[in-house]
Amino acid sequence: MTEKDSHNQETLRVSRRRFLQGFGSGLLGSAILSRGGLVGAERAQASSSPERLGPGPIPLRLNVNGQTRTLTVAPHTTLLEALRGPELHLTGAKRGCNHGTCGACTVLLDDKPVYACMMLAVDAQGKKITTVEGLATGGKPTVVQEAFVARDAMQCGFCTPGFVVSATALLNRNPRPDDHEIRRALAGHVCRCGAYQHIFDAVREAARRRNGGR
Amino acid sequence: MPPGMKKIKVTQVREGHDVEVEMEVPDIPAAWPPPAERRALGKPTPRIEGMDKVTGKAVYTDDVLPPGMLYGKILRCPHPHARLVSLDLSRARAMPGVRAAISIAEVGAELNYAGQEVAAVAATSEHLAEEALRAIEAKYEILPFEVDVEKARAASGATPPEWRTQGDVEAAFRQPDVVVVEATYHAPVVVHVCMETHGMVAHWEGPDRLKAWVSTQAIHSVRSALAKAFDLKESQVEVICEHMGGGFGSKFGPGAEGLAAARLAKEAGAPVKIMLERQEEFISQGSRPSPTVTVKAAANREGKLVAWQSEGYGTGGVGSAGSFQNLPYIYACENTRTRYMGVRTNAAASCAMRAPDHPGLCFITESVMDELAYALGMDPLEFRKKNDPNEVRQREYDIGAQRIGWAQRNPKPNASPGPKKRGLGVASSIWTGGGSPGTIGHVTLHRDGSVEVAVGVQDIGTGTRTAIAIVAAQELGLNAHDIDVRIGHTSIGPGIASGGSITIASVTPAVYTACMNAKMQLFSLVAPALRCNVEDLECNAGLVCVKGDRSRSLTWKQACAKLPEGGIKVQGEWNADLARPGLAGCQFAEVEVDVETGQVKVVRIVAVHDCAIVVNPLTARSQIHGGIAMGIGYALSEERIWDVPHGLILNARLEDYKVPGTMEVPVVEAILLDRPEVTWVSGLGEPPAIPTAAAIANAVYHATGIRIRSLPITRAKILEGARA
Repeated sequence: MTEKDSHNQETLRVSRRRFLQGFGSGLLGSAILSRGGLVGAERAQASSSPERLGPGPIPLRLNVNGQTRTLTVAPHTTLLEALRGPELHLTGAKRGCNHGTCGACTVLLDDKPVYACMMLAVDAQGKKITTVEGLATGGKPTVVQEAFVARDAMQCGFCTPGFVVSATALLNRNPRPDDHEIRRALAGHVCRCGAYQHIFDAVREAARRRNGGR
Repeated sequence: MPPGMKKIKVTQVREGHDVEVEMEVPDIPAAWPPPAERRALGKPTPRIEGMDKVTGKAVYTDDVLPPGMLYGKILRCPHPHARLVSLDLSRARAMPGVRAAISIAEVGAELNYAGQEVAAVAATSEHLAEEALRAIEAKYEILPFEVDVEKARAASGATPPEWRTQGDVEAAFRQPDVVVVEATYHAPVVVHVCMETHGMVAHWEGPDRLKAWVSTQAIHSVRSALAKAFDLKESQVEVICEHMGGGFGSKFGPGAEGLAAARLAKEAGAPVKIMLERQEEFISQGSRPSPTVTVKAAANREGKLVAWQSEGYGTGGVGSAGSFQNLPYIYACENTRTRYMGVRTNAAASCAMRAPDHPGLCFITESVMDELAYALGMDPLEFRKKNDPNEVRQREYDIGAQRIGWAQRNPKPNASPGPKKRGLGVASSIWTGGGSPGTIGHVTLHRDGSVEVAVGVQDIGTGTRTAIAIVAAQELGLNAHDIDVRIGHTSIGPGIASGGSITIASVTPAVYTACMNAKMQLFSLVAPALRCNVEDLECNAGLVCVKGDRSRSLTWKQACAKLPEGGIKVQGEWNADLARPGLAGCQFAEVEVDVETGQVKVVRIVAVHDCAIVVNPLTARSQIHGGIAMGIGYALSEERIWDVPHGLILNARLEDYKVPGTMEVPVVEAILLDRPEVTWVSGLGEPPAIPTAAAIANAVYHATGIRIRSLPITRAKILEGARA
């Protein structure tokens, strides 16, 4: 056994001991059987006063598009599932892969684009969530949205909300992106219809308009 | 009836009732307006549903959440070939939240690929449905399988079919002073990767009334299939698809998942949604078959293609392997001999995929044409022009060549010292894309001047909604964004399936006819007020006026105020005079190949495509960009990869099946051929997906002297070629 192997074994041994210690109350058996319990176990290990979530539905408070929304979900619910579910019914963010590989689920979390399918709804609590529905204020579409429409930066439209959210975040962070910066910023989005060129045109037009040009 | 008149049926809405009236109107021959009169037709028009798409308001099948909806999941056979020995759903049915469980495969049935549907459950959450799948007890008898096409062909012992022969290839090969190219070409199995997966929300509104929201290219085909499956009349089934996230040929029927959703919904007494996961899309929702074709072709010193012999095989899983005996693609050749054999492998059946067979036929043919040209020492473009019978394409070649700078290129391949080497290549496409009968346009004119146009078709992302609005706007003298367009419900009326690039040429003539009929009715009410005949009137820029005399006019709203109280509804049928098939295109590719890393960068594509009268150049260019994006994937990165010993697809996910993204797509110059003299509408969805890979392969050769005959052109293949 190499030094690295024995270190890894040692680490594992320590972890298992701690893990079992966290369940000295004897709840180990039932906790293991449900996913909610496993989440609870990891939290138990991590903090001194363990917070257990689940295994049944849990209450959540999410700050979505400027509003506090309360909903009840299973603890393993992703942010995407919570947004798209019957309580919030914010179906703008789409489920393209549920795997963090297509970008169709993109929302802003504290103004940064994230894949909503790749985070738990519980972890979005206390943060500012902005979906595509929340970009326009007072019913007036944003410059980015108008540019996407004007430049035909879409075809089937399924990937469009994700692109619009990311493009908005890009221009908020970098008002004058060059071609390469635009491609890089949007590289986390797949458009199978192939609307990319018009999307780049739309981002450039939106940047021009936001910077006072036409 | 007096000559020059025809009878039309008009529905007048009086006191809330539809009253059908027959009236005589001038029988004006159907014709699109000439270019000088096109105010809406042919103008770049943003999509009328564009704002819904960018604000998240557009509703796709997965966005539909009827109260009490359950989530369905499908159990799939884990083995590449098996017999279903037993199936026990009882434990699944007993799981918490489960409201229905059905078998899809019958006990004793043979299952032919890993991923084939076996059973399905519906539960109150996705999570519970997944748990319930794990509680289904399915026992399989494992059977021998093969997923590798070479091994399957060898094992099958099947003999190739008869040769298809024309002329005398042997004599042609023996002609003096011909160059001969003999090589094998291959393109892989690729898949659609629609951004919205396949799926349905099925809702039984009563024991004999089924409502289904489906992600589909064919609402009426889905309706027929559901009616048949459940022994209902078509009138008892409604299918809805207002927006869908891409089909590319894979979404023509309800699919096993749609039928399962409807069956589960019936058993559960509640609506059921099944939307497939991304992995399910890769393994069970169809593919483009893979050709491996050995070609021997000859050309004479004058630059004529004189002989073409090709034979090959390919696989479409348990489905069709395509028609790769239809070679050579595009080019005239008097002496040909071809045959092609499908090899069955344990994979889901292939299905239509954007221009079925054409990208592969084009790659094979255009590689051979290129190789012959270089063997002759002839300009590859000149060589093509000598053999291409299509007159439209001769123009397209010249336009594209000028824009890419073909004449300035170094005719010698691999002329640059590198390591980054640039080159140009060309390839062409041919397609049908005309219209079909079977679509009815429904126009309602209201007294307040508002206009509704309804057509029982779907918009698969091509801009059908907007094309409808444009035609109505053109005929009625209005703006496209003033027209209320309604599509996507079978209850509206008949309409074609969106495939074959036929939608625009099938739908726009029907809308034209309906608008023409509506106009005639309106004119019959306006003519007395303007003291003229019906045939003297026209709709022009918001007015109904005497032709050539705008002073004698009413505004559109004033004219509509003369309509009966509830307005009028008018239908129109498709008209063959307004649509025609025959789409020629060509693309020029500029690539930069790094022979040290093997990376191929597509720098630029110049695409010249004919689609006759361009209804909306803005959305037409989007189609060209989109087809090219798919072609780049076919050229450089997409292929299905097997774990051959286990018969499982290795890259059934976006991490490992690479579709072109923002870093891969080049600058595209999309040129819609200007043909002011044509009088018909034609399609465009498929042609731009055809020649891109072939043009790229040819450009790679020009850049590096490396001829890659097997797609995708990976770095490994470039480096291997560079070392040779």
